[in-house]
Amino acid sequence: MTASATKTEHGSDLEAFRAEVRTWLKDNFPPALEGIMPMMEGGADGSHAADLATWRDRLAERGWGAPHWPKAYGGAGLDHAHVRALAQEMGRVGAINPIPLLAGMGVTMVGPTILEYGTDDQKQRHLPGIASGKVRWCLGLSEPNAGSDLASLSTLAEDRGDHFVVNGQKIWTSGADISQWCGALVRTDKTVAKHKGISFLMLPMDQPGVRTRPIKLISGASPFCETFFDDARAEKDDLLGELNDGWNVIKRLLQHERASQTSAGSPGGKKKAGALQDVAKRYVGVDSAGRLDDPDLRSRLTRHLMDAAAHKLTAERIAAEAKGNPQVGAAASIMKNSATGITQARSELLLEIMGQQGFGWEGDAFDADELATVRDWLWGKAISIYGGSAEVQKNIISKNILGLPETTQKG
Amino acid sequence: MAALNEEQTLIRDQAKSWVTEQAPVRKFRDMRDARIETAYAPEAFSAMVDMGWTGILVPEAYGGSDLGYLTFGLILEELGRQLTASPLLASGLVGTSALLLGGSEEQKQAWLPKLVDGSAILTLAVDEGPRHAPAKTALSAVKGGGGFVLDGSKVMVLEGMAATAFIVVARTGGEADSEKGLTLFLVPADAKGVSRSARATADSRGYADVTFAKVEVGADAVLGKLDAGYPLLDAVLDRGRAGLAAEMLGTASQAFDMTLEYLKTRKQFGRVIGSFQALGHRAADMYSGMELARSCVEAALQAIDSDADNVAELCSLAKCKMGDHLHLVSNELIQMHGGIGMTDEYDAGFYLKRARALEAIYGNQAFHRERYARLLGY
Ligand SMILES: Cc1cc2nc3c(=O)[nH]c(=O)nc-3n(C[C@H](O)[C@H](O)[C@H](O)COP(=O)(O)OP(=O)(O)OC[C@H]3O[C@@H](n4cnc5c(N)ncnc54)[C@H](O)[C@@H]3O)c2cc1C
Ligand SMILES: Cc1cc2nc3c(=O)[nH]c(=O)nc-3n(C[C@H](O)[C@H](O)[C@H](O)COP(=O)(O)OP(=O)(O)OC[C@H]3O[C@@H](n4cnc5c(N)ncnc54)[C@H](O)[C@@H]3O)c2cc1C
Repeated sequence: MTASATKTEHGSDLEAFRAEVRTWLKDNFPPALEGIMPMMEGGADGSHAADLATWRDRLAERGWGAPHWPKAYGGAGLDHAHVRALAQEMGRVGAINPIPLLAGMGVTMVGPTILEYGTDDQKQRHLPGIASGKVRWCLGLSEPNAGSDLASLSTLAEDRGDHFVVNGQKIWTSGADISQWCGALVRTDKTVAKHKGISFLMLPMDQPGVRTRPIKLISGASPFCETFFDDARAEKDDLLGELNDGWNVIKRLLQHERASQTSAGSPGGKKKAGALQDVAKRYVGVDSAGRLDDPDLRSRLTRHLMDAAAHKLTAERIAAEAKGNPQVGAAASIMKNSATGITQARSELLLEIMGQQGFGWEGDAFDADELATVRDWLWGKAISIYGGSAEVQKNIISKNILGLPETTQKG
Repeated sequence: MAALNEEQTLIRDQAKSWVTEQAPVRKFRDMRDARIETAYAPEAFSAMVDMGWTGILVPEAYGGSDLGYLTFGLILEELGRQLTASPLLASGLVGTSALLLGGSEEQKQAWLPKLVDGSAILTLAVDEGPRHAPAKTALSAVKGGGGFVLDGSKVMVLEGMAATAFIVVARTGGEADSEKGLTLFLVPADAKGVSRSARATADSRGYADVTFAKVEVGADAVLGKLDAGYPLLDAVLDRGRAGLAAEMLGTASQAFDMTLEYLKTRKQFGRVIGSFQALGHRAADMYSGMELARSCVEAALQAIDSDADNVAELCSLAKCKMGDHLHLVSNELIQMHGGIGMTDEYDAGFYLKRARALEAIYGNQAFHRERYARLLGY
């Protein structure tokens, strides 16, 4: 679907589009789902399963699960301004688009990469499933001996004519145990320099050669797995990009990942407890002049709020400079590190503000916000590790943006 | 960089080429070595007047071009890069803003055309002690003889030796240290009882201590409201702070560029020092910090232009973030240059010294964090 066709359909008037969305939401959004974030199928406690399935299907029918994708592949072909308007209208009524969560790595990373590198056949076979929220994808990149230095991976794919046979182990594979498909980085040529012998394969998880074992995190959650490939099968048709060109495919995919991780907020999504300064006033109290009754905390809180404001203004500036169509690029490294720092600092401040109430694990001595704060704090430590660690982002900035020579990585 | 329109791009480019060709940091060194009392080259300021920079904020009716604060900021940024000294900020931005925001029609007509053509230089005389604290104004103005009598003194008045007139913040009522009871007065520098002396500062720029000994002014010298001058003063200061932040952005950008250049050329241990990760990561942090601070500065200037209701918040944010950033970059500039950065012959020291002055003027980082917290209500 071309951009001009989209324009005609919605009219160039954003307001008309907004009105259309509002009416549609009134007719189609189940009010019981207001503010409900479906981490798993059916929501955290499974109680909204039926409503969620209906809501997911209605959204998918409009192409609004992945609204910026072309219509032919399950999207709505909307430009950036319309996507934003849609998100704002949904936010207004507390409607959350569950599809990016239900699709795992599908909407944010695998899908955009298929759009860029995929054949027509691959786009037709894989994208609609992702956009409908019915097919969940995981990403098998990291291995026990290939983390930041991803190119040293050793999972091997051998050519067997019409298919590949895959052997090796992946680790930290988010959602591997509940995904239907996996985008995996594998070695297809051992005889060349390490970046040059890697390919990107797509393979189904439901097959005898694939086994997963969940790993428990410091936060108590278990969102990721070890993934074992024992003679697993991937079709030739599911090679994404050229053979041995997987490194370029993954570089692009990781840029999409970084871009999807640049908004600074609490790791859990929305702020349950209200603005940080209000929470602080509640727990810490104020002096006779209305100032937070802990000058040291107050000063650090201000530094944090200023950092968060600067981040937000920078995101707006980047969007304005790109004239409404932000490009995924090197600037994403800056924004990822900034978002990470702010989110982690916020968690640390919240914990400190709550004092002895900020260290609860479970039970009645702590309220729900307090317990969530501890889990968010622990989970939040991961964001400076995955998606390219904070240090790796700095390597990228100093090399790709500043043009400083690289000495930290060989080959 | 904010999305600029054609006119703004033109002005930015003009400023960039004029500054690099006509007023590079070498000129600042010459000026410092010559120990000129006003601490700027008069011909440089004349050139700025000729290019229309003193009229950027002024409506066409008073001889200006009315292009706004973001545009003014673009120029200040370029001047900050080469440490070009002039009364452009003190008079063309701060003094001019005071008239635009608080001046009567007569005052505007009397002053604005002269500020635009450079025949008058108007600066704000606010601080009286070592730290920026406008509410602590003690200089008194007492009614008498159909007007007022001003008595007291001011310190660190920007371009105070060059000024032909001052906007003096005076206490006409209220309690000591209170924001209530302040009034702004327009006082010619040659009024009877005004005396001034230059301050010799580390950044070699123009500041004066000014004494007002029973200075008599007419009732028409009041700028804005009697006894309720604080909101006007605050708004004028905020415009000054946003302008300073723009200048600081230029100073920090240049300091960073010099550092990066050195990292790419200086060799030790058989390779360029920029290949050491200990330096590369700090360079990456500085670059990121600059992008984040730039957004704050541009947002503050744009907020002033669009008369937004969060101008105060954004100006404190911009001055503070830019202050922290410039502080860091100016220190790293010296550190990463090793021994050569310590020499007077090299320009790095100029940037370090200027940085600290810019941080302090109209409120340092601590001042603005405190203000930000109050504005946000905690
Ligand atoms: C919650 C979570 C979810 C994840 N989900 C997935 C997933 O779905 N799929 C997947 O494939 N992977 C996933 N990962 C793995 C993640 O991508 C890796 O953890 C990451 O790449 C870092 O690798 P590593 O853990 O082996 O650490 P290492 O690479 O061993 O790093 C250890 C430390 O050394 C530093 N370091 C490494 N190299 C350099 C360098 N050149 N310069 C400076 N410092 C350096 C790192 O910054 C880090 O601090 C996930 C990780 C987490 C925490
Ligand atoms: C006031 C003063 C007095 C001095 N007195 C004497 C004296 O009496 N006699 C004498 O012989 N010398 C003297 N020196 C010289 C002094 O020892 C050198 O300046 C110092 O060794 C640094 O060398 P450099 O200036 O060439 O900087 P460089 O070595 O070029 O360093 C530039 C920058 O790169 C960094 N850098 C360099 N290598 C690495 C690395 N491997 N990893 C990470 N970062 C790196 C440095 O830390 C520095 O930030 C003096 C210097 C000063 C400033």
